[in-house]
Amino acid sequence: MEAEPRIGVYICHCGVNISATVDVEQVAEFAATLPGVVVARDYLYMCSDPGQVLIQQDIEEHGLNRVVVASCSPRMHEPTFRGAAEEVGLNPYLVEMANIREQCSWVHADREQATGKAKALVASVVAKASRLEALEPREVGVTPGALVIGGGVAGVFAALDVADAGFPVYVVEKSDRLGGRALDLNRTFPTLEPVAELLRPSIERVQEHPQVTVLLNSQVTGVEGYVGNFDVTVAVGGAGGESESRQLSVGSIVVATGYDVFDAHRKPELGYGQYPNVITSLEMERWLHEGDLTVDGRTPKRVAFIQCVGSRDVQVGHPYCSRVCCMYTAKQSRLVRELLPKAAVTVFYMDVRTFGKGAEEFYDDARAKGVLYRRGNVSEIVRQGDRVLLLGEDTLQGRPFEFEADLVVLAVGMECRSDVGEVSTLLKLPRSADGFFLELHPKLRPVDTAVDGVFLAGCCQGPKDIPDTIAQAKAAASSALIPLIRGTVPAESATAVVDADLCAGCGMCVEVCPYGAPALDAVWGVSRINDVLCKGCGTCAVTCSAKAIRLQHFTAQQILAQVDALLCV
Amino acid sequence: MALKTEPLVEQLELLGCIQCGKCTGGCPVARKTTLNMRGLIYEMLVEPKFNEGKHPELWDCTCCFTCVERCPKDVRPAELIIGLRGELVEGGRLPETIGAALMGVFRQGNPTGMAREDRAAWVDGDRSGRLAVKAAQDGCDVLFYVGCSPAYDVRAQKVTRALARALQAAGVDFGTLGIDESCCGNEVRRMGEIGLFEMLVEENSELFRDVGASRMVTVSPHCFNTFKNEYGLDGIEVLHYTQLVADLIEQGRLKLSHKVEKTVTYHDPCFLGKQNHIFDEPREILKAIPGLKLVEMDRSRERSLCCEGGGGRMWAEGTNLEERLAFQRVQEAAETGAEVLAVACPFCLLTLEDAVKVQGLDEQLQVLDVMELVDLALDDGGEGE
Amino acid sequence: MDVAKGQGARGRPAALVVGGGIAGIQAALDIADAGFPVYLVEREPSIGGRMAQLDKTFPTLDCSSCILTPKMVDVGRHPNIELLTYAEVVSVARVDGDGEGFRVRVRKKPRYVDVSKCTGCGLCAAACRMKGRIVSDFDEGIANRSAIYVPFPQAVPLKYTVDPDACLFLTRGRCGKTFLCKEACPADAIDFEQQEELVDLEVGVVIVTTGFDLIDPCIKPEFGYGVYPEVMTGIEFERLSSASGPTMGEIVVNGKKPEDVVFIKCVGSRDPHTGVPYCSRFCCMYTAKHAHLVRDKLPDARITVFYMDVRAFGKGYEEFYDRVKHERVLYRRGEPSEVYRDSKRDGRLVVLAEDTMLGQPIEVEADLVVLATAAVPRSDTPDVAGLLGLACSPDGFFQEADAKLRPVDTGIDGVFVAGCCQGPKDIPDTVAQAKAAASSALRVLVQGERDAR
Repeated sequence: MEAEPRIGVYICHCGVNISATVDVEQVAEFAATLPGVVVARDYLYMCSDPGQVLIQQDIEEHGLNRVVVASCSPRMHEPTFRGAAEEVGLNPYLVEMANIREQCSWVHADREQATGKAKALVASVVAKASRLEALEPREVGVTPGALVIGGGVAGVFAALDVADAGFPVYVVEKSDRLGGRALDLNRTFPTLEPVAELLRPSIERVQEHPQVTVLLNSQVTGVEGYVGNFDVTVAVGGAGGESESRQLSVGSIVVATGYDVFDAHRKPELGYGQYPNVITSLEMERWLHEGDLTVDGRTPKRVAFIQCVGSRDVQVGHPYCSRVCCMYTAKQSRLVRELLPKAAVTVFYMDVRTFGKGAEEFYDDARAKGVLYRRGNVSEIVRQGDRVLLLGEDTLQGRPFEFEADLVVLAVGMECRSDVGEVSTLLKLPRSADGFFLELHPKLRPVDTAVDGVFLAGCCQGPKDIPDTIAQAKAAASSALIPLIRGTVPAESATAVVDADLCAGCGMCVEVCPYGAPALDAVWGVSRINDVLCKGCGTCAVTCSAKAIRLQHFTAQQILAQVDALLCV
Repeated sequence: MALKTEPLVEQLELLGCIQCGKCTGGCPVARKTTLNMRGLIYEMLVEPKFNEGKHPELWDCTCCFTCVERCPKDVRPAELIIGLRGELVEGGRLPETIGAALMGVFRQGNPTGMAREDRAAWVDGDRSGRLAVKAAQDGCDVLFYVGCSPAYDVRAQKVTRALARALQAAGVDFGTLGIDESCCGNEVRRMGEIGLFEMLVEENSELFRDVGASRMVTVSPHCFNTFKNEYGLDGIEVLHYTQLVADLIEQGRLKLSHKVEKTVTYHDPCFLGKQNHIFDEPREILKAIPGLKLVEMDRSRERSLCCEGGGGRMWAEGTNLEERLAFQRVQEAAETGAEVLAVACPFCLLTLEDAVKVQGLDEQLQVLDVMELVDLALDDGGEGE
Repeated sequence: MDVAKGQGARGRPAALVVGGGIAGIQAALDIADAGFPVYLVEREPSIGGRMAQLDKTFPTLDCSSCILTPKMVDVGRHPNIELLTYAEVVSVARVDGDGEGFRVRVRKKPRYVDVSKCTGCGLCAAACRMKGRIVSDFDEGIANRSAIYVPFPQAVPLKYTVDPDACLFLTRGRCGKTFLCKEACPADAIDFEQQEELVDLEVGVVIVTTGFDLIDPCIKPEFGYGVYPEVMTGIEFERLSSASGPTMGEIVVNGKKPEDVVFIKCVGSRDPHTGVPYCSRFCCMYTAKHAHLVRDKLPDARITVFYMDVRAFGKGYEEFYDRVKHERVLYRRGEPSEVYRDSKRDGRLVVLAEDTMLGQPIEVEADLVVLATAAVPRSDTPDVAGLLGLACSPDGFFQEADAKLRPVDTGIDGVFVAGCCQGPKDIPDTVAQAKAAASSALRVLVQGERDAR
């Protein structure tokens, strides 16, 4: 530290979120008495413009060299306050926050006790603040190029956007063709266009794009590095089934690995696999494409569709909705009516989820074309001669039924791919409870992940239709393009540092680091931490028995000072 | 006298119901009675009071638990029936025959009301002369829990003896509780007598613990079901005999050398199949019997048609006596061309055999327990025809 | 950035984003983060849009402002974003020559406040003669404000604005003997001489993110909106429930806490009679959320949700619906037919519907009825469409270039749409579309820069 700490403390009301439970004026008064504190204020919304300006003015007028903001979680506004300080020349790492909302006013009810706790929290952060050190924000260079894992609709459209912006893109696709599962479909909803023809121009554009390298029959087998600088190993498939290993360097990665279709065999009570009359919706797509709906040579007179097979069903571990089935069933049922005008077509449903643009109208249209919607989820299917019998209850009539059908279509849902675990491990991507990849924030960060530089697109993040997939793919492209266009990315400054004199070279830090940041120097035998890979989690620092590792911005001295301050209040 | 719906709704977490209708849709008795599981749940949800006395169809439920198996929101609808029956039983509003059965369990440890002292008499029916059954209390590897029907019912006793002989032949160290054995309580709970059920759980658990066997085998899937899923018998592995016998056959400890040249179709009992997912072991046993040809009915495994023996229905006729599901079932069996309809549950045995007789199918179809077929195939097996 | 010359930082091609809700905010941030200058034009005094009005978001129950304000602040401080609030796009013309790019004229409406001096202290509003007498649009009419105001406390920029339709001086030519606001202002920021300012911009791309409106519930008079004070819309309920709203988050109707709350979905939506045959997409979820909020604040209330279908289709949505039901929220299938006041039941409101599960008509008493009103295109959609030459779909929202393959492109090169102005959608889908539009825009900007070199 260059000079004595001159700390400014700001206690936020957060409207009434904090001030309703914590006496913020009292806390501010208390803060003013703490060692090193030059200025202590309370204000309604510290995150607002005037709140920022307050801090900036005090930095300039009072020569503050440390700032403590007692407000909400740093996850909300740490960058905001750091940014405000930086604007007036104060190093952003000399700003620290005390969480007196999520950790105080939002979890306690007693005003006196909550205020006391807030004071303690502020005291502890002030104690840390006086021991903070300036750290330099850094930028690292970015390899201009992106990797797209998966060549389905999401992968194709993400690749196109990145490539059109002028950057090289590698598309790695496991199968032997681009287009993914969409190419198994017949027609789209609600526009009823033939899918293959619709997608062909885009697929051809990707294949012919000068910036795109398509690697079919290929798989990503290794990913090292960090945002802006990924080193990827790909097993590239060749003729005759052999593969050779290839190294790629890219700045961004888009994961567009898609989904699997629910296996209808898992609902044995519906007779799939036992009766030729029972098929899945995907099989129906093919049948519709071929224009042949006969079952064992017989033209169906009664066709039934059953919704929610493998979705909204805790019995098979899929409590979620697969989002597209209501629409594709409306589409298929109506196409069946067109192909077989004499057939009775019935859809058995629980809720009809036709929510998209033109979707409700499409549902209305299907019914107008003679598709009968009956509310009741079919419980089981048994044989009746050449036909089958659907056993269920019509919940609007309030009576059980035995519905004869020649052809039954199971609206199977989507599930995460069987290899999702491998991809997850490869890229260190977390997954949500439903098994799909987890986005960074369910509302505001739908394509970003916990791993910087890796983005999600399409159904690998959750079931969705083609327009939503393409929107997400383009969204992922935007996220992927930002570092590529900028040419640099910021690197975390609060990283761990090894004191080589104390290091015994035991290698424990190497073992425990989740990011592969420490490595033992081949010559000197001591640990060196790659400060770009390091995320500052602190696992190595607490593991090191020689206490040779220091986590900047969370040093032992700082933490111990915090503890002391907490115990004194 | 109507009950307040809120406590049961909360206790059973009925609020998760989305009224999809899968429960009623798959309910075997919904088609022949006014029992509408979904409708009942909905009434509980929307009405503050429910007049359970005005719903005789509540006693039609066989507790096959198809609704529980199928519910996509894990609501466990049949538990509402059991809960409502509980209210009725408490208020003394239950069919007389059910009351008698419960009284029998209370007094004599079995729903038939026959004397406790006669519970071990099944052993005497052995004509092979080799059957030796020791008391479990003397120590054994496997506690052979007989059960009420298998102990007292003359027809079912044949199954019990067949199992005992097979275990003996396989060299299994087993014992029974003799006249100390009391009803397992599976049907008692399902008839709504929670208090009696809890008493049985306590007494039986203590008895089993004292015996100290690490494994238990039952004749009836009903007993198996409650011991395995509802008692909480830590440290005791509960098996249905099909699991044990299939294992013994695989290990080569049971030698099935006599040919049984029959075409057999197997009926999955609800408490064994649907509820506990034991579909393969009985079939493995049948396939291991030399000369036996196994054919499947269309409604097999998860879609097996309930015989209407469970849920207290052995002691209650229900609201529709004409259309018995057992009639339909034996017709389905006959349609496969099978000569034998094999079962693995004493209730199925009794109801289906009765149905065969009533339908006049006894010339073409014989109802036998899987264990009886094993007995025929055993070296020294058989009671004789 | 030299706004008057319309040149971005270092002369790079710029983007124009029209509309400062979450869609506009996200699109602007993506383009600005990539290094290009962005002009974000917003008609209201602050950015934030509808999301700023919400209490909590589904299914995570995040406080909406809490997740929105960091982004708003980012926009406010971003070196590459020029925020033009309280401003409107007046004209858009193609740049001659290459046919690339647009010349845009923006009218900055006069706030009558000098933003370089205003600190957002609020003393003017406290002193205003019209204090508490002007209906607040942000609070959807359930609260009042002064003639000089900020729409909400976390506004970006936090600068006061004089409402020209409410200010006594501006409407009648005089405000008592003195300007109370001017007297109160310690920074001497109020300036009634201020004029509108016209700014000309040259941009490479335009992204339209103008958002949506909600249908006037009076179009369904049978629900008694506007007649019964106990009947309110979903967005009004958001304001009522909001901790920073007019009642500090307390659900109070007619001075009392409601004991019976009824939610009616599909009010106006899925209804050819109202001209809205489409589904408004987010109402099923926000109604479930509202039901949860009521349960949270009124643990003993009886809560009923009337529905036709429950459209809980997104990630975590079905699970949220399950959770809400377990919180003793009763879902009853049946679209209510009318709401009336029954003098024989202590003057309480009664909701008439058929319960289609029971197959019987029912009556449910209510102290509070919340209507999930249809999302409709903004009334100025034809104007915006005219400015840019955009087409509209039959539902009245902006038409995308291709219903399946080009969800954010339009028929006009260089013009993109994102968010609810293209059709109602929830926040995650809005953000995805906004980023998608940014991606399309970035391509044009990058190419434009490359071509210029």
